[in-house]
Amino acid sequence: MITLKLNGQDHPLDVTEDMPLLWAIRDVAGYNGTKFGCGMGLCGACTIHIDGLPARSCITPIGSVVGQNVTTIDNLHADPVGQVVQQAWLDSAVAQCGFCQGGQIMSATALLKPTPIRATSRSKRQWSATFAGAAPTTGSRLRSARPRLT
Amino acid sequence: MSRLPNDFALSNLSRRGFLKGVGATGALVLAASWGWQDALAEDKPKKFGADGMPNGWIDDPKVYVSIAADGTVTVVCNRSEMGQGVRTSLTMVVADELDADWAKVKVQQAPGDEVRFGNQDTDGSRSMRHWYEPMRRCGAAARTMLEQAAAAQWQVPVGECQAQLHKVLHKPSGRELGYGELAAAASALAVPARDSLRFKQPSEFRYIGKEGTKAIDGADIVNGRAVYGADVHFDGMLYATIARPAVYGGKVKSLDDSAALKVPGVLKVMQIESRPLPSEFQPLGGVAVIASNTWAAIKGREALKIEWDDGPNASYDSIAYRKELEAASRKPGKVVRNTGDIDKALSGAASSLEASYYLPHLAQAPMEPMVAIARYDKGVCEAWAPSQAPQVTRERIAERLGLPFDNVTFNVTLLGGGFGRKSKPDFVVEAAILAKEFPAKAVRVQWTREDDIHNSYFHTMSAEYLKAAVGKDGMPSGWLHRTVAPSITALFAPGMNHEAAFELGMGFTNMAYAVPNVRLENPEATVHTRVGWYRSVSNIPHGFAIQSFVDELAHKAGVDPLKYQIKLLGPDRQIDPRTLSEEWNYGESPERYPIDTGRMRTVLETAAKAAGWGRQLPKGRGLGLAVHYSFVTYVAAVIEVEVKDDGTLIVHKADIAVDCGPQINPERIRSQFEGACVMGLGNAVLGEISFKDGKVQQDNFHMYEVARMSLAPKEIAVHLVTPPGDVPLGGVGEPGVPPIAPALCNAIFAATGQRIRNLPVRYQLQGWQKAQA
Repeated sequence: MITLKLNGQDHPLDVTEDMPLLWAIRDVAGYNGTKFGCGMGLCGACTIHIDGLPARSCITPIGSVVGQNVTTIDNLHADPVGQVVQQAWLDSAVAQCGFCQGGQIMSATALLKPTPIRATSRSKRQWSATFAGAAPTTGSRLRSARPRLT
Repeated sequence: MSRLPNDFALSNLSRRGFLKGVGATGALVLAASWGWQDALAEDKPKKFGADGMPNGWIDDPKVYVSIAADGTVTVVCNRSEMGQGVRTSLTMVVADELDADWAKVKVQQAPGDEVRFGNQDTDGSRSMRHWYEPMRRCGAAARTMLEQAAAAQWQVPVGECQAQLHKVLHKPSGRELGYGELAAAASALAVPARDSLRFKQPSEFRYIGKEGTKAIDGADIVNGRAVYGADVHFDGMLYATIARPAVYGGKVKSLDDSAALKVPGVLKVMQIESRPLPSEFQPLGGVAVIASNTWAAIKGREALKIEWDDGPNASYDSIAYRKELEAASRKPGKVVRNTGDIDKALSGAASSLEASYYLPHLAQAPMEPMVAIARYDKGVCEAWAPSQAPQVTRERIAERLGLPFDNVTFNVTLLGGGFGRKSKPDFVVEAAILAKEFPAKAVRVQWTREDDIHNSYFHTMSAEYLKAAVGKDGMPSGWLHRTVAPSITALFAPGMNHEAAFELGMGFTNMAYAVPNVRLENPEATVHTRVGWYRSVSNIPHGFAIQSFVDELAHKAGVDPLKYQIKLLGPDRQIDPRTLSEEWNYGESPERYPIDTGRMRTVLETAAKAAGWGRQLPKGRGLGLAVHYSFVTYVAAVIEVEVKDDGTLIVHKADIAVDCGPQINPERIRSQFEGACVMGLGNAVLGEISFKDGKVQQDNFHMYEVARMSLAPKEIAVHLVTPPGDVPLGGVGEPGVPPIAPALCNAIFAATGQRIRNLPVRYQLQGWQKAQA
């Protein structure tokens, strides 16, 4: 039994330590907003926050995050920065199929937070696959969300 | 409307009785929608548009619209939502004619049931084209019924009652009743006859053609609440992964599952039988691992020891196959269009130009990998999946489990992308097969990304050969084009070695340039893997080859490519596609949908003007142009690219001009063309699936790359062109893809002088400046 601090609550989960957070969050804890896209940390659809920093849940073993605060898109509305990003996404109708948008929004929120992120904006933007082509709108939304946070 | 039988009677027919008639044709039913069946059924009267689709259309408001006492309007969406916005756009159409308040409108997804809902195959860029008119009639009929109900209650003539924004008003007396208050009475009325319906004038539209309607699933998407395939959850459900044969047609020779069964959480290992080739829409077979969670199923599968018999495609090698296709493209093949005398034109020409182009296999690789959930109990099966083809899925489940069609229910979730891959129900049938082994339990089959890339229904691979007889004026007097590519029809029957009419009709036979002598040929190609539909299908190779070749001709002539294109199009005219030996015409009437070279010229000029065509750019930077007509829509693209010396591409801008006829939801049209542009760039620069020893050589996104931010244009401007006069709707989902690769490669040529004839671009431009020095 592993206790996961997920979306502000303690979840005791009957899983092995090597289980990727993605599957623990989806199959066991029952939060569906985090998506499986590649299983290798490449596409970004599974992006979550661990203590406020973005992480790929599909390659993060649950045993490595015990005691840390895990947030998923399902609870992002409780985050003031997350709210702004979600609204910016809605205002400009960024999403097409929307499958990767939870991950994109989690990445964008982390990028816009005052928390120092050890990566340049450029490499950050390389993070997610942008298949449906929400990319151009996504970039402009990032720029438009930033002033609203100051 | 051309067809006025009483469709309401059709919806009352016994579903099973009706299906007896079509069920026997199996795969042909779906293939018919792509024109394959046309060649086999020439004795049948030809139907066009929605009339020609399996199970046609339904416009009964009692099927599609319901209004609750609180005024909430629920519109049923019969097509699958995969990001094209169909749940919003079709609902906008109903809501507009109904004069409903968008804030009080909801959408409900139809299960697979074409007798009730009409054709549901969400493919071919057809949803708005085929359903705009039936949905307008649904809305108008429902509005009329509300007006009639109000008139009856007030005992006034119905002509004095007018629906307006969720209320019916009686202006003479100033009375009004909300839709919710009228719903019960209205629903008891007979549906008014079609020819009695009054439709809104375009000036009265609230939503149709207007900006600003919020996507109906937008809020759910940004909050993580939208339900895609894997989000369907049942307590106590089981999770499965399947080890499928890596080679098309392979079978399990021996299996040792002892280690897999020791993985904590693994409950059972079982084999799934394959069917003889060609595989059609059936599962490929293999070994399933059923577990208590997805991770255990993945670990369990890793622990399987399987020896495979790779079967007849064990030696498929795409490098060798490419050589075969290219060799075939150099020899005469089946003639599919022959105008004038190409041989005479070539022998008598001042000069000639020839070029060969090659395009590899692609995988659709939607961001959401295949996933399906099924539950079986006492001879009844219910399944859930992100499917573009709900009716076909239901048919295949019934057939495979030996159940009556009525005992199968199929529910459509949101799709995390589809691109044609999710038109095939193989993955849902897998879930149904496993569910039968665990009665009363829900079973989810999850494909990994590796499964998806290894076992796609791949976009065809293609060799294109073109040769033109060029006159002293630089214009072609003769045009010879050979296309060689394995056909999708090989999925359905053995010996299908030529492209079908629907594949050739995608930008090949309907080549509309004004050239007097034309011969088009299609040499044979034998298929060695599962080839299937990929967004815009055969338009990808045909568009790339033709639009690259025209650019080459323009440069040979020393003429500006835009001027050359316009001259080559000839005078503005409407061409009956049948005069080009093109009978398919995307299933549309040749009278209603001729090929209009004036519209082609307009999109070319629009894109070029917006891009500042003709600007001087520094070395290493260039503009490229392409135009392509597909899915009865006209699209031109101008791409501005910068090529770094290491071959890195920076796409500064893409200007895309679109004439898709009347625009219903402009915001979603633009987003479809933006998405198609990014996808087209990814395909052109990065996309390649290759085979060795029958096996796909790519595993995941690190090897099969899709476009990321760095490749996406810094700006995409989609210019929606007002169509000339009263033309019908064109497609939107697919026609944005084909012009992108040639526009990019023409821009690369303008920037560097390097001509890209083989895709993907990848590393071909590394060190181009040094190479030129």
